[in-house]
Amino acid sequence: MSFTQKHLLGIEGLAQSAILEILDKAEKYADLNLKTHKRVDVLAGLTQINMFFENSTRTQASFELAGKRLGADVMNMQVHGSSIKKGETLVDTALTLNAMRPDLLVVRHPHSGAVDLLSQKVNCSVINAGDGQHEHPTQALLDALTIRRAKGRLHRLNIAICGDIAHSRVARSNLLLLGKMENRIRLIGPPTLMPSQISEFGVEVYHDMHAGLRDVDVVMMLRLQKERMDGGFIPSVREYFQRYGLDYKKLSHAKDDAIVMHPGPMNRGVEIDGDIADDVTRSVIQEQVEMGVAVRMAIMELLSRNYSNKQKKLLS
Amino acid sequence: MSLLLKNALLVEPDLNKVVEGNLVIRNGLIDRKDFAADNEIDCTGKFVAPGIVDLGVKVCEPGDSHKESYESAGKAAAAGGVTTIITRPDTKTAIDTPETFDFVKKKGNEDCIVNVFHIAALTKDRKGREICEIGMLSEAGAIAFSDCDNVIQDNKIFSRALKYASALNVLVIGHPQERSLSQGAVLTSGKFATLRGLPSVSPVAERIALERDLALVEMTNARYHFDQITNMNSIEVLKRAKKSGLDVSAGTSIHHLSFNELDIADYKTFFKLKPPLRSEKDRLATIEAVRDGTIDIISSMHTPQDEESKRLPFEDAASGAIGLETILPAVLRLYHSKQLEMYQIFNAISLNPAKRLGLASGTLKHKNVADLIVFDADKPFILNRELLHSKVKNTPFDGQKLQGRVLRTFVKGKEVFSI
Repeated sequence: MSFTQKHLLGIEGLAQSAILEILDKAEKYADLNLKTHKRVDVLAGLTQINMFFENSTRTQASFELAGKRLGADVMNMQVHGSSIKKGETLVDTALTLNAMRPDLLVVRHPHSGAVDLLSQKVNCSVINAGDGQHEHPTQALLDALTIRRAKGRLHRLNIAICGDIAHSRVARSNLLLLGKMENRIRLIGPPTLMPSQISEFGVEVYHDMHAGLRDVDVVMMLRLQKERMDGGFIPSVREYFQRYGLDYKKLSHAKDDAIVMHPGPMNRGVEIDGDIADDVTRSVIQEQVEMGVAVRMAIMELLSRNYSNKQKKLLS
Repeated sequence: MSLLLKNALLVEPDLNKVVEGNLVIRNGLIDRKDFAADNEIDCTGKFVAPGIVDLGVKVCEPGDSHKESYESAGKAAAAGGVTTIITRPDTKTAIDTPETFDFVKKKGNEDCIVNVFHIAALTKDRKGREICEIGMLSEAGAIAFSDCDNVIQDNKIFSRALKYASALNVLVIGHPQERSLSQGAVLTSGKFATLRGLPSVSPVAERIALERDLALVEMTNARYHFDQITNMNSIEVLKRAKKSGLDVSAGTSIHHLSFNELDIADYKTFFKLKPPLRSEKDRLATIEAVRDGTIDIISSMHTPQDEESKRLPFEDAASGAIGLETILPAVLRLYHSKQLEMYQIFNAISLNPAKRLGLASGTLKHKNVADLIVFDADKPFILNRELLHSKVKNTPFDGQKLQGRVLRTFVKGKEVFSI
C-alpha cells in the first residue's frame, strides 16, 4: 500500500511506488473493461459528484463511466456560469456540496490551485480533473499506463512533449510523472509557448521538431488552444503546422517504433496531421481514452479504500 | 511630567551607532542633558529608538472602514512601534481633491493615536488622465503625491504631472511596474510559477518602469521616490541613477525582505503581494541594497484585505498584507541574522523616511520631538494573528516564530502603548 492519500490533487506529491500501485490496479480494470459484464461494486453505496467549472465532454464522461462501473451513484454538475454568476464563491459552493455528503468529488476548475483550496473545505476525497494551468494528474497517469503497455516499461525512455507547454496542465503533470519514473524528457515548441526557466526542470528544450524528435520512443502532442492561435503567441496556424505540426516527415526522425499520443481533443492540421492520428500502427490516441476509464476506476477505488480506512480508524 | 529611560541602548541612526545611556522625555521633547525626572524606567538591555515612520500605509477610510479605520490603524501602529503613518490615497474613493483630503485629515487627527500624514493622488481618481490640484492639496497638507499601483501609462501626462509637481517642489511616489507585462500576473516568472501554473511576470517589468520613470525624472527634475524595489536588476539601475545625482530615493517592503516566492507554497493567498514575491536571490540582493544604502526606506506596505477577498483561488484573491504590527520583529530577523546592523535598520525605518518627507522625527537628538519606542530585541514569540489590533488579520507571519517586541511607544512624549 503506497498510495495512502486522501485526495489526488496532483502528481507533485506522489511517490514512484504510489504511481506504480495506481497503474497496477488500473491494468486489472483495463482487462475488466474488455469483458461484457463490466461492473464491480467496490464503490456501491458511495456518492460521486463531478463538478466541472469548465467545459469538458471527454474527461467528464470518463469519470462518470468509471464511477458507474464501480457501482457509485454519480451526479454531474456543470457549474460554469450558474452559481458563479450569482456571486457565490468557490468556498461556499464547496461547503454547500459538502453538506450533501458526497464521498468523492471530481473537480475541474479554470484557475490553478482552486481544487486545492476546495479540498481544504470538504470532508470527502477530491480528485483534480484539471485546475487552470497547474495539473491534470489523471491524464498523466493514463498516459503513463498507455506508454507502459505499448513500450513494456515506463523508465529509460526518450519522450518528447511537443507544442504549447506553457499553457498546458497536461504537460506539467506528465513532466512530473515521467521525470519521477526516470525518463529522458524533451520539450519541443516555439519559445513563446515555453514556460520561463523550464530548463531548471531537468529537461532538454528544443525549438526545432527535426532535432527534437531524433530517436525518441514516445511523441506526445499537445493541443493548441484556439485563443493562442492568432498572432499573440505564434504568427499563424499554417506556420505553426509547418514548423511544429506532426507529420510523417517529422515523425521519421523518431525511432521506427515510436508511438504518437495526444490528450485530445485534436486539432487536425494544426498540431497533428490527420493521417498520423488515424494510423493504428503509430497512434495510441484511442488507447489513451480507453486507459482513461481504467486509471480513473483504479484511483477511485484506492481513494475510497484510504477514505474508509481512515473512517475505521476513527471509529476504533 | 518627565520620564527617565535609564541605562538604555540608544539607537542613533543619524550617528550610525548604538550607545548605552539615559534619555529623558520632558514636555513632549527628548532631553539628553538633564536626567532629573519625575519617574524612571530601568531599560537595562532594552533598546530605545526613534519611532518607526511607515511610508505607504493603507487605511481603508473612506469606503472600507470595516477593513481598517484610523482608530484601528493607530492602535496597530502604536503596538508595532510605528509613531508616524503616511497613508496611501488608494482608498475606495481616491484622495484626489482638497475636500476628500480634509476628510482623511480630520479622521486622522481625531481618531488616530499616532502621527498621521497623508499622500494625495497625483491624477484624478488615480486614472492617469488629469492632474490633481497639486497646489491646493499641498497647501492642505499632502505630504507627497502618488497614484500607487495604478501606474500612469501615458508618458505625456506623466511628464506633465512631474513637471507640475517639480515646480511646487513636492515629492512624487511611483510604483515601478510596466503594466503591459504585469497585467494579470500573480507570481514572478520562473520555476515556481511554472510548477504552480499561475500567470507570472518577469522582474524586468520593474526595471523597464524604473528606467522610464528615471528618464522622465531627469527631464523634469522632479523629486521622486520608488515605493518598492524588489529585484537585483532594478537595484543596479537605481545605483547608477543615484550616482548621476538625480533626486530619487527608493523603498522596499518588509515582506519582500522576509519572504521569497516559495513561501506561497500551495497557493497561500496571504502571501499574494504586489509586486509578487521574488526569488531568494532577489531577496538577498534587496537586503544588501538596504545595507549599502541604495534602498533608503523599508515600509510595511500595510494593506488590509478581508477574509472574503483572500479565501479565493489564488488568481482571484486580493493582493497585499498587513504589516504595521509585524514590521519591527520582522526586520529584527535581519538584525539577529547579522545581515543588518541596528542603526542601519533604524535608518531605513525611521530616519530616512522622516528626512525624505521633511519630518523632524527619526532621531534621538536633544530637543527633538519625543516620538520613540522601547523594545526588547530578543523576546521570542509565536505570532497569533487574532491578537493583532488591525480589523482584518491578513498577515503572512501568522504562526511564525519572531523575536523582538515593542514594550512602550511614545508619540510626542505621550505613552500610547505599553505591555
